[in-house]
Amino acid sequence: MEKRIVAAVLAFIIVAVFFFFSIFFIHPFGQPGQVHMDDRIIENTQNETGTNNAVTAVVFDYRGFDTLGEATVLFSAVAGVIMIFRRVKK
Amino acid sequence: MTEMTKIVKTITNILFPFTMIFGLYVIAHGHLTPGGGFQGGAIVASGCALLLVTYGSGWVFTRIKEKRLAAFESMGAIGFLTLAILGIVFSMVFFGNFLAGSNFLFGATPDTGSTLADFNTGGVLPLMNFAVGVKVIAGLFVIVLIMAYASSIKEWGQ
Repeated sequence: MEKRIVAAVLAFIIVAVFFFFSIFFIHPFGQPGQVHMDDRIIENTQNETGTNNAVTAVVFDYRGFDTLGEATVLFSAVAGVIMIFRRVKK
Repeated sequence: MTEMTKIVKTITNILFPFTMIFGLYVIAHGHLTPGGGFQGGAIVASGCALLLVTYGSGWVFTRIKEKRLAAFESMGAIGFLTLAILGIVFSMVFFGNFLAGSNFLFGATPDTGSTLADFNTGGVLPLMNFAVGVKVIAGLFVIVLIMAYASSIKEWGQ
């Protein structure tokens, strides 16, 4: 019992030290580091996709594979629910 | 699940059409305003869940079958994939936006910068929003419907 408490406190201190030192290496708030991708999407969305909504352009055009994965997740969820409750009859 | 009181029914009867209209608006204007197929579909499905809570799952289950909803869900998925594969056919890229700038359906290009919203823009994005919207409406509604109905019955078959 004593050993477990000592180990837990030790692990907590190690993780806390890592978190504490990581604070000093975060870039300052409001000043993002690499913005090439953002600028490219914001400047070219209206010409390339013809959409005023840059978020929809990213979701359905630039990152279409990600949306396809989400749709697959929903599809498999529906298939699983119907398979599990297939014995439910009126 | 039994149905609820007359007060809840009245409130639901008033709120249900507005929920539908708002959800369908979010889906249809997904390429202009915040939101899209997923979000609008979730709004419409939550309106259907309101109907389910108020009138009971048995009442809803006698009016719409889960097989039909599952068919709608699959049709949304097939439409989405078809649009993605048509991108290969017409613009050589999977998920290619082959309708943008073509002066065909949703083919207009907006002026660069802050412009007024034109519904006739976006290429395949409105169609994809519609497909995903149908998919999310049917998918979430069939999940909620089957789970509510299964938890309400006492005897299980076989």
